[in-house]
Order: sequence, then structure tokens, then C-alpha cells
Amino acid sequence: MTNDWVDIKNADVILVMGGNPAEAHPCGFKWVIEAKVKKKARLVVVDPRFTRTASVADLYAPIRPGTDIAFLGGVIRFLLAGDKIHLDYVKAYTNAPFLINPSCVFEDGLFTGYDGEKRRYDKSTWIYQTDKDGYARVDPTLSDPNCVFQRMKKHYERYTPEMVERVCGTPKDKFLKVCELVASTGVPHRTMTSLYALGWTQHSVGSQNIRSIAMIQLLLGNMGMSGGGVNALRGHSNIQGLTDLGLLSNSLPGYLTLPNDDDEQLKTYLERRTLKPLRPGQLSYWSNYPKFFVSLMKSWYGAAATKENDFAYSYLPKVDAPYDVLRVVELMSQGKVNGYVCQGFNALASFPDKPKVAAGLARLKYLVVIDPLATETSEFWQNYGEFNDVDPAKIETEVFRLPSSCFAEEDGSLVSSARWLQWHWKAAEPPGEAKGDPEIVGELFSRIRQLYAKDGGAFADPILKLTWSYRITSSPHPEELAREYNGQALADVPDPKQPGAFLARAGEQLATFAVLQADGTTACGCWIFAGCYTPAGNQMARRDNADPSGLGIFPAWSWAWPANRRILYNRASCDPHGTPYDPSRKLIWWNGQKWVGNDVPDFKVDSAPAEGMDPFIMNAEGVARLWAPAMAEGPFPEHYEPFDTPLPKNPFGKALNNPAARVFPGDAKAFGKPDEFPCVATTYRLTEHFHFWTKHARIPAVLQPQAFVELSEGLARKKGLKSGDLVVVKSKRGSLKAKALVTRRLPTLVIEGKEVEVVGLPIHWGFTGQTKKGFLTNTLTPPVGDANIQTPEYKAFLVSVEKA
Amino acid sequence: MNVTRRGFLKLTASGIGATSVAALGFSHRRALADVRLFKLTQTSETRNTCPYCSVGCGVIVYGLGDRAKNARTNIVHLEGDPDHPVNRGTLCPKGASLLDFVNSPSRLRFPEYRAPGTSEWKRVSWEFAFDRIARLMKEDRDRNFVAKNAKGQTVNRWTSTAFLAASASSNEAGYIFQKVVRALGGVCFDNQARV
Amino acid sequence: MALETQDIRARSATTTSVPPSARSFQPEVSKLIDLSRCIGCKACQSACMEWNNLRDVVGTFEGSYTNPPDLDDQSWTVMKFNETEVNGQFAWLIFKDGCLHCTEPGCLKACPSPGAIVQYQNGIVDFQQDHCIGCGYCIAGCPFNIPRLRKEDSRVYKCTLCSDRVAVGLEPACIKSCPTQALSFGSRPEMLLQAEHRLTDLQERGFSQAAVYNPPGVGGTHVLFVLPHGDRPEAYGLPKDPRIGPMLALWRSTVARSLGVLTMFSVLVAGILHYMRHGPLEVPGEDGEGTPAKGGQP
Repeated sequence: MTNDWVDIKNADVILVMGGNPAEAHPCGFKWVIEAKVKKKARLVVVDPRFTRTASVADLYAPIRPGTDIAFLGGVIRFLLAGDKIHLDYVKAYTNAPFLINPSCVFEDGLFTGYDGEKRRYDKSTWIYQTDKDGYARVDPTLSDPNCVFQRMKKHYERYTPEMVERVCGTPKDKFLKVCELVASTGVPHRTMTSLYALGWTQHSVGSQNIRSIAMIQLLLGNMGMSGGGVNALRGHSNIQGLTDLGLLSNSLPGYLTLPNDDDEQLKTYLERRTLKPLRPGQLSYWSNYPKFFVSLMKSWYGAAATKENDFAYSYLPKVDAPYDVLRVVELMSQGKVNGYVCQGFNALASFPDKPKVAAGLARLKYLVVIDPLATETSEFWQNYGEFNDVDPAKIETEVFRLPSSCFAEEDGSLVSSARWLQWHWKAAEPPGEAKGDPEIVGELFSRIRQLYAKDGGAFADPILKLTWSYRITSSPHPEELAREYNGQALADVPDPKQPGAFLARAGEQLATFAVLQADGTTACGCWIFAGCYTPAGNQMARRDNADPSGLGIFPAWSWAWPANRRILYNRASCDPHGTPYDPSRKLIWWNGQKWVGNDVPDFKVDSAPAEGMDPFIMNAEGVARLWAPAMAEGPFPEHYEPFDTPLPKNPFGKALNNPAARVFPGDAKAFGKPDEFPCVATTYRLTEHFHFWTKHARIPAVLQPQAFVELSEGLARKKGLKSGDLVVVKSKRGSLKAKALVTRRLPTLVIEGKEVEVVGLPIHWGFTGQTKKGFLTNTLTPPVGDANIQTPEYKAFLVSVEKA
Repeated sequence: MNVTRRGFLKLTASGIGATSVAALGFSHRRALADVRLFKLTQTSETRNTCPYCSVGCGVIVYGLGDRAKNARTNIVHLEGDPDHPVNRGTLCPKGASLLDFVNSPSRLRFPEYRAPGTSEWKRVSWEFAFDRIARLMKEDRDRNFVAKNAKGQTVNRWTSTAFLAASASSNEAGYIFQKVVRALGGVCFDNQARV
Repeated sequence: MALETQDIRARSATTTSVPPSARSFQPEVSKLIDLSRCIGCKACQSACMEWNNLRDVVGTFEGSYTNPPDLDDQSWTVMKFNETEVNGQFAWLIFKDGCLHCTEPGCLKACPSPGAIVQYQNGIVDFQQDHCIGCGYCIAGCPFNIPRLRKEDSRVYKCTLCSDRVAVGLEPACIKSCPTQALSFGSRPEMLLQAEHRLTDLQERGFSQAAVYNPPGVGGTHVLFVLPHGDRPEAYGLPKDPRIGPMLALWRSTVARSLGVLTMFSVLVAGILHYMRHGPLEVPGEDGEGTPAKGGQP
């Protein structure tokens, strides 16, 4: 979230699209209701299903799964065509005035540079025009045909309300009503917040769905504002934290990245990531990359990381490809993965195309499951009849199941969706012989290290030299680990502005990442977390719930990254002169000497407005990007059909599906066609359950005891079905059985003149736990992901439905 | 009605006895009533955070026992933390039933092992599990570690064992796992962020 | 708790007057259910089960989000989902079913067992299972179809409005849990005021018939509803004009009570006859003295 949960109460319009917060985040949704009741806010819900969020909406519009860019592109066109944007904001704080290289064009659904063979773009033409100093050229009048603004206008001309209706199935009048409410916030004193979740990310165009709303929020001037923002409602309790800590194939803590094969030297690795400002006078905060990286290496390798050995740079693995879960499943099915260590992760239930996952797991030599609960993954080898029809005698995998503690049995911190690091305390011992996760990992590593110390082996240095100064070697304590990722000074760090003074003394916990150095005098395990465990103690354990501004900021409750800042980009809540756009909800302001306010300024605090530094300091441009050349499938979002699509061709252009999405050769045949699978299916969660977890708890099992499939009345009529009937749902990947729920909440849509049925598949059942046994829903889902980050396309695919 | 015959007789007799006496104008006891005993009077409170979604609701864990060395605290109830600025004491249906996750019959209690080709779990010791897993990992790493790629560039990666981390585990667990996986050269590594 | 002991207003089947209130002033409490804020998340249902140590059976899917399908002895509140049309428009009505704690409780008036049902001075109607005889009259007497008989112990159960929590100054478990404050709890005048206040906002949003449900036929209820479609309470599953049945009014008269006593004696006789015909039967008793039953079903 750019903003936070309580801040939702400050919104005038709440757009819920790509999410269902009333069901998935009920206690966060409290603040939507609060905005409605106290601020007379209007709630707009755009969703394929009439959800429990829609049940309290002021306006609901249906949409075909997988067509969000068509819809949002239509909104962009509506805003631009009707001059309903916050023009001053757009001119000052976005790259709308930037001039684009004229040879980068968009034709027939593709941008310049596409290589169909590799399914990749050569992005070398996707650049700004530059001047003699290397800075990007701009046209402040926004009239140059090659400026981002004009290009955007041209790109979205095709996204008319009629096209939206044809492609999305959203009635034109409903679509226009949504547009009008959204547009009502394109003024300084009104804001809209966007709440989304997996409904936008789990598509082959997921990243571009988010880009589309970011563009809309920038056009309306809603970024950085209280009650505004683009708010990803994250899933698990610490999915934010684990992402922050870089537990993803190609990441390191704090959004640093693992080196690629070509980053042979530390120097080139750093140069490629140390972004120079693209406009004069800009901060470009990533220019500090070397400080963050060297401090990380000092944290991990201590004295073994020296200037001479490039701070142990070679100890880090380099990557030649993204090793995301889809690739791992592919490698596993090719027999190229021998071991899998699954800590608290039900892979069999969570990865797409369950038959492929199960076959892959069966080729492993060993599987280690660390979990508080008996998951399906741990029993993938066990025969559960039709739900898991395997022959254990034929599965040669050694499986270990290690019991871990749960939240109530440990100390530690979790990062909420609002980026708050909240500490929690242990209430009881885990059951039986169960152990905490740090202890299990710590003990396992200690044993491996002993083996390497004794017998040697492949590249033992990083294992033997890893800093490991925990009081109990096999069981690092959460407090020790928290202090470590916050970081400490390894030597006195002199204050460059004040000779004789120090930013930090040797051995001291760091108070902020501003102290970090690239010379090896500081250690920090996760630079964005620096400040969470300071000389003043554990800031994550703070429990002062005072809210002096009344804006729901709570500056002394727990600790938020970065730097305890609660609203990101809050400099953009003020006009270029430093005056808040809306005096009734001031976040920060310029007081003549520095930036001050109710929140921690997201800015260089002593940079006067007259100096012309722009608010989006993490971008080399200094401003936010309406045109974003880093994206895999193009700098502007374009509608592409899902890989399982009911349409023979893309009404917007020649490319049917996302041209840059990765498809493994063996998977090309895994996609369904509408003649065989005519219905559009989407998977989702219900409020009564959390993934495949709460089916192990009695009360949630009582509240939703058994798997079901939601169908429209139209489909039920065609198939002769009524609620409670057993149905078979088939996709190109597999089939499952579940009971039918016939409902008017699922639509029959008219797409390109033809009726298309939407089928809803809640995901929560499986073959372990207290609910009735059921099929894993991902038996049906396609093995393809988003082109940028490989999030699987769970939200739009084709199925057929028949009475069982 | 699933009542034992004797129970039925008891019920009819006592019920009628009491009712009739009262109906005739006599009360066999004073007309008092009492509410059920409040169940948290003897519990300890611990602040925690709900482990399910990312709203990060504050919860209070109620335990029986004073955490003395010779006793095991038994968690008997969980409730929203009213001081928490986001959830203000409220919880969703999942959070309101956290007790049933903590005390779920599916909770794992001991390390278990399933040997190749068999169809059952065997309880094993931690010693066995750690020792065997460490050896399997080392063996696989030593055999398949890629020090250099085809172009001769140093890459130092290990792709033949993959790792998954829990997005519901704490930062501390995540941090130590990240540190260990990268030290081993692991790159096949994910949390639930993608799924 | 002990201090609350004597603060009862009414007690079933008791002709002696209740003791004078221990304190001179007892605020009446009410639960307000604002259905316009309700998202049907079932947090209340979950919290109710957890707090009251109830664990219903894991059922099967029966074609609706409503689970279990109705109130029962283990589910004292159930969220009910109803797809319907209101004024030609599709409406998904979500309703929280459970005891309304009537000011004039039909259950209490119908109950023949002294002290099995009490009404505290704060308005809560509570069942005292140790006095319950399982006759089921309260079930017949309730105009809202709330109380449920538990077959295992032949006693009747329903929402207590968490009288144990209220007694120590806490709100009921359902109210505490409700994420969107669709449920609130407080003094009765305060809740009535809050309910009225919500109508203005609803009317602005196009719910011209929004109304507060506080039916006079039962003297008002200590569970109040804000209904967006206030003209159609039955669409939510609420009776339009609930009343205590005329038979219940009769029951309070001496004649009927004598008849009732007669009825009960005949039940007793029937019980004895049953015993005589089928003889004693050893069953695993709750006193622990029995041996396992062989053959024959109770």
C-alpha cells in the first residue's frame, strides 16, 4: 500500500476493482464503511461477481475476467478526452511532458522491437529524447506529438465506451457512471483510493493492470494524498515482509537484486543499479545503491567481506533467468530439481496446473516440509481417492515433515500491508516437539556447516564464513535477528557536515538508513528496515495509538518502513510551492526552512521548493511515470486477452495474448479453446476461509464446510442445474467435481455479441483438514504467468460445466 | 429425541415437580438468577498479531497458566486488541476463530518421515531428521553446484534444490532463511507473493 | 457476577415477585444491527461459537452461503443470505439471525419451569439450563423461531447476549468482533438514537424506505435492526408484526395454568406407564454407574 488501512477513511471515492476487501480483508474494509458513514464517500465496485463488497457498494459494474486494461484504458480515455484531470499535478509531477524517442511506436497491438521467436522485446528504442548533458527533454506545454501526454492520448483513443462494452461486457451506462465518479476526484480537494489485490495481479497482464490504475491516480492527482494512493491489499500476514526481505528468486533484502551472469564485477553490478538523475536537480535515491549493498554484504559476511575481495561479491549466486515457481515446476517436471524445502507453503495446492506439480514432486529425491499443519503438499504421495489419485509405491521421494510453531508460540514481527512492522509476543509453547522456524533453519544450517567444515565440498567459503554470532548457535533468537537486519555501525561513522561529530559510533544500532556507508563501516541486513531497532530499542514494539492529526497516521504505533513514513510520495500532496493541495488533510508542508508535518516527509527535508526537486525521489526522472519503459510488454498498458480466451481474436489489435509472457514449450498445448471450454472461470477466496489453512480449524470449517462452484442462472438453465447439484468442471488441464450454487450474482455477459458465462471457483478445499474433502482448484488453472513477475493467471481461464 | 429413558423420567419428574409447585404458588427457592461464570478471570494476556491476512490486526491471546517452569500454558481464547489502531478490537470470522487453528487436530507434533515407495508416516527424532536432511542437501549441492556457466563466468549457483518460504512467518524467520539460502547459493526461492 | 444476581426483572413460571433490584438504577442495554453496514462476513457467528465454547458439526454445502443452514443448539446466531428483488432491482439481503431479547419475551411467558428463563433488569433474556425441563414451550412461544432443543441433554439453548461478558462490563462477543461496526452495543436510548441517525444517510443513498425494526407487538426488542428496505422486513426473514400468541396470554391465566398442571401430571403418568411396560434399562449414565447398553434403543 502506498497509504495505509486507516487512511482509507479519508477518501471521497473508493474504487474496488481487482479485489474483494469485504471478504478478504474485513477489518481493513472497516475503514471503507467508516468513509461511507462519516465522510459520505461513494464505494464503486467493478468485479465479475456481485461480491459481499458489492453488496454494500453505491455502484456496481460487472466485467469479464481478464479485461481490466480495456476497462481502465476506457477510464483513461474518458479523463483525457473530457479534460477531467488534475492538470497542474500532471504537468509538475509526472513524465507527461517528457519527449519520447520518435522511433518507438505502437502498431497493430505491438510496440517497436518485438521478437516473436523469443517472445521478448528489444527495448532499445523505448527511451526519452535527451539533451547534450544526457538529461531527458521535456515539453512543458504538453503539445509536442512525441511527449508522453500526447502519445498516451493517442494510445487510448481506441478505448471507447463502446469498445469497453464489447470487450468487458460492462453495460455502457454503468461504465460511464463509474467514469464520472472516478473523474470527480480530479480536483485538489477530493481523492479516490484504489483497493486491489490478486484480482489484478493474477493475470498474464497483471503488472500492467496495476500500471493502469497508477496512471489514472496520477492523472487525477491522487498519489501522495491522504485518502488516495494505489493500495495493494497484500495476502498473507507477512507477504509484505518476505517481499521486503527479498525471499524471491532474484531478489535481495530491500529491493536489491541478485547479480546476473553478466554482472561479473562488483563495479559493473553497482553501476547498472546506481541510477543517475534523468533531469537536473533530482535526487534519484537509488544512487545510494552501493551503500545499501555493501552494508548487506558486511552484515552477512562481516570481516570476510573486504574492499579487496569486493565485499565477498562472488559469494552471492548469479542468475541467468528468473527462477520463479513456474520455472521450478518446469525444471522439476524435467527431473532437474532433486530437493525441495517447503517452509509453510502448500505448493501442491498453490501452484497452477496441479497435475504438473504432482508429477514434478514425484520426481524429487527429497522433500522437506516445515509447517504447523498437515498440508496436502506433505501428503502428495498419499492416495486420497479421486482427490489425489496416486500410487505411493511408485513415488520414490523421501519426505520429511517437521512441525513448526505458530504465531502464538513465538516472538517476532510481521509487516502489514501498510508497511507497518508490528512486534508480537509468545504466549505459549508449541505443541509436542514442534520448534520455531528460526530454530529449524538455524539447526539445519549449523549441521550443513559442520559437514562442510569437516569434509569440505563445493564452494564452501560462503557457508563457512557466513556471520553467525548468535548466542545459541542452533537457535538464533528473534531479537538478535531483528537487531541484525536493522543494522549497526562497525566503526565510528563521521558526520560529513560537522567535523568531530558522528552519525553513529562503532557497535551502535543504526537509527536510520541515511547513515549507511559504502566503505564497509556499516552493516545492515535490510536497508529499508533500518530504524526499526535503534539505540532507543525495538521500535516495532511501540504501542502508542495517539493520532494527533486525526488523519489516522499513528506515528508512534509500531514502525513503518521506510523511515517510519506512513504515506508514500507525500511530497506530492503539496503543490510545487510546498503548500498542501487540500488544507483539510495536510500531510506535510514547507515551513520556510524545511519540510515538516503530520507524517515523515518523503523528500529531502531541507530542499526548498524553489530548488525544483520533484516528489518521486525513487525515480531517476524525479517524477512519476505515465510511460514506463521498464515493463516487459510495453511502456503503455495494452489490452491482451487471457491465454485461455473465449474470443478468436483481440478486438484491440493483432496480438491475441500478452506477447511477452513466458510460455514453456511443453505448455503451449495446455491452453483451452472456447469450442471445448466455453465458460470463463475465475478463482477466488471466501471470507470464511484463509487459503488452505483454516480448513484445519473447526469453526471456519463449520462456516463453509464443502467445495462449491458458483454459476449464473443462465448457465444453470442451459445445463439443467440447480443449487446443490454435483457438477463436473473441466479445463484443458484437468477436471474436478463440486456442488453447484446457482446465483444471480454471477453474470451472463454479452461479449462481441455473444453470450459468455462466468463460472466462480472458490479455492479453499483439499484432502486434509476438517472440511469435507474436495479437489484442489488449481487442478484447472493454466501454467502461465505475468510477463514481468510471473504471477500465474488464476483469474481468467476457460472451463466447461456439466452435471455430474 | 436422543434422551435416555432414565434421563427422560428424571426430566419429566423433576420438571413437573418444580413446575407444579411453582404453579401452585410456592417457590422452592428464592427467585434468583445468575449469569454464566466469566471465562477469562484466571487467564494471562499476551499481545500478538493475527497470522492470516495483511491487515495485521492486533489480537490478545488468553492463556491458562502463569508460565511457571513446571506448567504448560494452554491457550483458551483469542480476541481482538481494542488498542490496535486498525482493527480496534474487531476480527473477521477467521481471526475470531484463531483458537481452533492454534489447537487444530491437524497441528504437527513430532518430526515424521515417509520412506520412498511407502504409504505411511513414521515418527522420527529431530536428530534423525536434521542429520539426514543436512546430508541430502550437501550431497545434492556438492554434485550439482554450478561454479561457472557455459561462457566461463563465475555464477556460484545451486539450482537443483529449491526453497519456499512462508509468507505468514515472521521477518526474523524470513531473514535467517534468506541469509542461509543465499549462502548455499540457492536461487530457486519464492514466497507466496506470486501465488 | 454475584452483584448481578438479584437484578432480574422477570422469571419464568414464578408467582412470587422477584426480589427488589439490588441497585436503584439499571441501564437497559441493546444491540443494534445495522444491515446497511453488514458485509455478511460471519465474524459474529464465529466469535459467538468461540466465546460460548460451541462447535457445531461440519455440515455439507446445501446451495447457499448460509452455514449451518439454520440456528441450532450449537449456532446461536447464523448469517442468512437471500437473493431477491426489491422494487424490481436485484438485492442480496444478508441478515443476522438470532435472539431479539424481546421486552415481552414469548419464551419466558410460555416457560412452565420456574427460573429456566429469566429477564435481567438490563433487558437480556437468558436461559438457565439447570432449570430447563426440555418441554419446548419456549420454542412454541417465540414469535421469531429462535430457541433450539439440544438432543444430547434435552435442554433449550439460544443467544444469551453474552450475559457473562455484559456482567463484567464487556460487549457481547459478536459485537466486539464485527469488523464494520454493523453491530454496536450500548444503552437502549443511545442505540435507538444511533439507529434513527443512520436512516438519514440511507435515505440520501436511495433507500427511501429505510427503517428501524423494533416491533411493538413484543414490547420492543433489545436487538434492534436498521433495515435498508424497512418496508419489507419479511424479505430479510423478520416477521412484519410479531406478537406473542393468544395461547400464551391465556397461559398466564390461572385457569390455563391449572390445565397446564393437569397436562403435566398426565405426562408423568405416561412416563410411569412407559417405565412399567419396558422395564428398567441399564444405560451408560452420566453418573457413571451404568454399564454399556446392550440391545434396545432409548
